[in-house]
Amino acid sequence: MTDKTLTPPPHTEPVVFTRDMLDWLPWIEPMAEQDMTERHLASLVDASRVKSPYFRLLARDPDVLEARTRTDKDIFYNPKAGLPRAERELAAAATSRLNGCIYCASVHARFAATYSKRVDDVQRLLDEGVGAKLDARWEAIVAASVALTALPIAFGPQHIERLRAVGLDDAAIADLIGAASFFNWANRLMLSLGEPATQG
Amino acid sequence: MNDVIDTLVGISPGSKLDAIRAQRSEARKHAQASYASLFDPRDWGGVTAEERFAVASFVAGLHGEPQTDAFYSSKLAAGLRAAIAAEAAVAKTKGPYGSYPKGPLSAENTAGPTYRVGEGSRGTLGRRLAAAFEHTHMLVFHPRDAAAPALQALLDAGWSTTDIVTLSQLVAFLSYQIRVVAGLRVLSGSQK
Repeated sequence: MTDKTLTPPPHTEPVVFTRDMLDWLPWIEPMAEQDMTERHLASLVDASRVKSPYFRLLARDPDVLEARTRTDKDIFYNPKAGLPRAERELAAAATSRLNGCIYCASVHARFAATYSKRVDDVQRLLDEGVGAKLDARWEAIVAASVALTALPIAFGPQHIERLRAVGLDDAAIADLIGAASFFNWANRLMLSLGEPATQG
Repeated sequence: MNDVIDTLVGISPGSKLDAIRAQRSEARKHAQASYASLFDPRDWGGVTAEERFAVASFVAGLHGEPQTDAFYSSKLAAGLRAAIAAEAAVAKTKGPYGSYPKGPLSAENTAGPTYRVGEGSRGTLGRRLAAAFEHTHMLVFHPRDAAAPALQALLDAGWSTTDIVTLSQLVAFLSYQIRVVAGLRVLSGSQK
């Protein structure tokens, strides 16, 4: 039998970029918790993700989900050297803003605001987009994320020079490349397998 | 197996970039594991090797990345490789574009093409791959236009729900891999 897409329950779709918590509703059927084998459960990495329809959907291909998740965690959470966490999150938020992923932008704008304490700057990025006035360092990080996300890819030596001029060393630049590139992965899954919904 | 990102960037052992990548050893290891899980899996599931490499070659072609394209397309028969190159040349555009949910963001809507496989290539690609290429183009250039009917089109062409997860991961992973390679290559070239 051919599978069918799902019709999400009645909900309100967010129509602006926001730092609010959002839900995510799948367009195709996630695995049912009771049908998941040890391998499927292990692929979630964090056991609590069994409650997430997004991760239960991706668990249908467990090997790639587990590898994706472990890549994600090291790019964003590894505290050793490189770019401060707040600015890895800024790169993720800027990439999501440009690609148009309202769900991903909400999560990573919250993280960027929490770790940087620069709530107004983060909100301005959400409200005005990737051209928003921030400060020289954040504008350089946003511009580099935009150049990596654009097609054709526009990232060049001028972006490296600008990042070095605002204090990023090569390890930090490599982190920025990892964070912006990773969100080109994450945005495409979130945008194309389901839709966001406001909570409450 | 050699690390694909290192190979495509040209990172040699003992170089500065090798040391920088070593500081994110889990990301490096699992980016490679992501590649292996998609292109050398323990279980191919419902998506054949030919389908995986064909979509990868198309994605690399859409990004205008000849080295990555050569890496993936080398696994394909010449006739299929030529059809993919021809489709990628026609389908290549600028992105990201697309529409937002109706509201304040509508002012930011950006128009762009919706790609359909050319009649001349449909026979070579077959129904499943033709549907996959049309979906892939949307994922690459205008992912915010995604909607449930696009997934229904894949289901109707013979992709199962699990196959769609694998296909989506493959295109999304390559969107990552190609950018990491492009970015690290520029960084590598800028070392003093």
